[in-house]
Amino acid sequence: MDWGAVLNNTAGWLISPTTIAYAIAAVGLAVHFGYGGLLNFGMAGFMALGAYGYAISILSFGLPWWAGIIVGMLAATVFALILGIPTLRLRADYLAIVTIAAAEIVRLLFTTQVFDEFTNSADGLGGYHEGFRAANPIPEGTYGFGPWEYNETQWWVRIFGIFLLAIAVLVVFLLMRSPWGRVLKGIREDEDAVRALGKNVFAYKMQSLVLGGVFGALGGVVFALPSAVVPGVYVTSLTFFLWTILLLGGAATIFGPVVGAVIFWVIMAFLDNVLPQLAADDILPITNIQAAVVRYIFVGVALLLIVIFRPQGIFGNKKELTFVK
Amino acid sequence: MKAARKASQRRSRLVVALFGAVMAMLAISAPGVATADEIGTDEYDFAFAGNVKYNSEPLEDVLIKVSGNGYEAEVVTDADGKWKIGVPEKEKYTITLDEETLPKGVIVVEGQASVEAEFGLTGNKSVNFFLGEGVRNVVSFGDQLVERIVNGLNFGLMLALAAIGASLVFGTTGLSNFAHGELVTLGAVFALVLGVFNHWPLLLAIPVAVLLAGGVGLGLDAALWRPLRKRGIGLTQLLIVSIGLSLALRYIIQFFIGGNIYQLPGSSDTKIKLFGSVSLSVVDMVSMGVSVLVLLAVAWWLVNTRIGKATRAISDNPSLAAASGINVNGVVRIVWVVSAALAGLAGILWAFFIPGIKWDMGGSFLLLIFAAITLGGLGTAFGAAIGSIIVGLLVEVSTLWIPSDLKYLGALAVLIVVLLVRPQGLLGRKERIG
Repeated sequence: MDWGAVLNNTAGWLISPTTIAYAIAAVGLAVHFGYGGLLNFGMAGFMALGAYGYAISILSFGLPWWAGIIVGMLAATVFALILGIPTLRLRADYLAIVTIAAAEIVRLLFTTQVFDEFTNSADGLGGYHEGFRAANPIPEGTYGFGPWEYNETQWWVRIFGIFLLAIAVLVVFLLMRSPWGRVLKGIREDEDAVRALGKNVFAYKMQSLVLGGVFGALGGVVFALPSAVVPGVYVTSLTFFLWTILLLGGAATIFGPVVGAVIFWVIMAFLDNVLPQLAADDILPITNIQAAVVRYIFVGVALLLIVIFRPQGIFGNKKELTFVK
Repeated sequence: MKAARKASQRRSRLVVALFGAVMAMLAISAPGVATADEIGTDEYDFAFAGNVKYNSEPLEDVLIKVSGNGYEAEVVTDADGKWKIGVPEKEKYTITLDEETLPKGVIVVEGQASVEAEFGLTGNKSVNFFLGEGVRNVVSFGDQLVERIVNGLNFGLMLALAAIGASLVFGTTGLSNFAHGELVTLGAVFALVLGVFNHWPLLLAIPVAVLLAGGVGLGLDAALWRPLRKRGIGLTQLLIVSIGLSLALRYIIQFFIGGNIYQLPGSSDTKIKLFGSVSLSVVDMVSMGVSVLVLLAVAWWLVNTRIGKATRAISDNPSLAAASGINVNGVVRIVWVVSAALAGLAGILWAFFIPGIKWDMGGSFLLLIFAAITLGGLGTAFGAAIGSIIVGLLVEVSTLWIPSDLKYLGALAVLIVVLLVRPQGLLGRKERIG
């Protein structure tokens, strides 16, 4: 086996656009679940809205790329309001069921033939890169070293993604040490107590849902920046991967989602490189196709084990358990 | 491929040209006989032409219409199935084959009865319609509605099997089991492995598959859920554990059967006409019968047997039930077995209904299960059954108005509406939603 190539490929995932996109969405999920205690299982829907909002406003309406990002964020805001109004007054698992159903509705709407003119149905959208690439300040050429050698476009996507991620992390950091964040954490711990203090619990939850949803949309945009928007990506599995990332790093931590995303994708990339090799070399008694599936089984098992044995995640504080009740 | 198609087009154009020449001669030799298959070809330089054939038999008297650019014309095919329509401009026109004039049992391939055609380099363009065997959709709205309702009932009943199980688990343990969809898939996969891969007779493979699914329920309770209950892990954590389990099971299934769609034998049975426009295959009828019988059996079990009563007691108040001497863990174990077996059965019936078995089929089913039990009232078994039938009807009947690739949309939207209007569901009590 060519270990050099394996390590090279794996290292590339440290700052891949996918990793960054998942990290941003996971930060959003931390705002929902880690700080607000909201069981949002519809993050795939928020990401889809961000990605499609970006692509459709550029392709169908000719907006500049930065306006596309704003449209994606607005779409996520509206989606959060629609989701929140019926469910935020109810028990937590209702929100879980409604969000997962709503994300599926979003995916179906983007997949159907009915809106083919805008969404190109199951084939997805591409070719919206011009504006974003034209805004690239990096001169043409190849930069970097070792496994991180990219051309100017690839760097621009990564740098812009990391920039958005930094903003998201900074916003969460500042908000969570503000009075607003303390109230939100209070709601997570004991909703009734906070209500007794005269706080409008519903409004706080709604703000948290919108804020996290907007981060989800930004994650979707970054996910769409380098390549294309395909509806088959935004399935429930995507949401579950985000949950694995969040719980791996620590739900109620600032850097947990970021580190979680990096660990998740580096391990996934490593397995993606190693397992088919092992299968090809007849070390593992499985076919190549099966080898590609095994890593997803690991994700499920890992999620299960983390929740049972280390629910606070790698960086979490056991005292600040997010699983109340 | 492309070259072949071009060649055949060229050939048909040639045939049309020859044919046109023959017809012209005929017209001269027999003046007064209207050339039914040609119109406007004398006045205009450009013409569309075609040849309507089904199974290489020419079809006569089929009506073809051309419209566009302010011009309209129609013509019927002759004894050789040929037609030709002249048009004034070398532009794009819409050419429509009137399906009403086709013989019974023949239709144009869906969505292609009306095509847009443009001229290439020449002034002639051949337009052909792809015909196939099928029933033209001429049934009245009422008949369509009845047919959808019967289909919806069938689907709703199998949904009820799975939803009752999920609802019982929720009632007794408080867990919203996100892995329930995978139990549905597992049932179908067990039937596939036994009945297709191992060639067992279906009548044996299906009951064994249901038992195996029940066994998975037993195993999961013993290995996972019971120890977790003992550790006193919170419901939210359990919910996420069930998601991890769902992911793992889903990909384990994909690991073994791959990404293909498989069929159980008999799932493409011919349909028997019953009444009106309703035609069901034997499998459909057996499926509905089995669902009804099993649902009645479960209902009887819940109402009349000791364990059934204990199940409902635990759903109402677990501590009180435990205090009055009910073995909660024992009952929960039975509930898991029953629930998983029902889910497995639902999966097998659904595999016949779709028809097909795929590794991730349970995913969309799970959301419908959730919609059904939310509609009926979380934790109420009978509510789940009623909710399922409503969701099943909604999914099928809504396809009368919305495209079928959006048919689950209505059911999922209902979920949100129910939570807005009556969050406790149809049969639920208000306190449950806390």
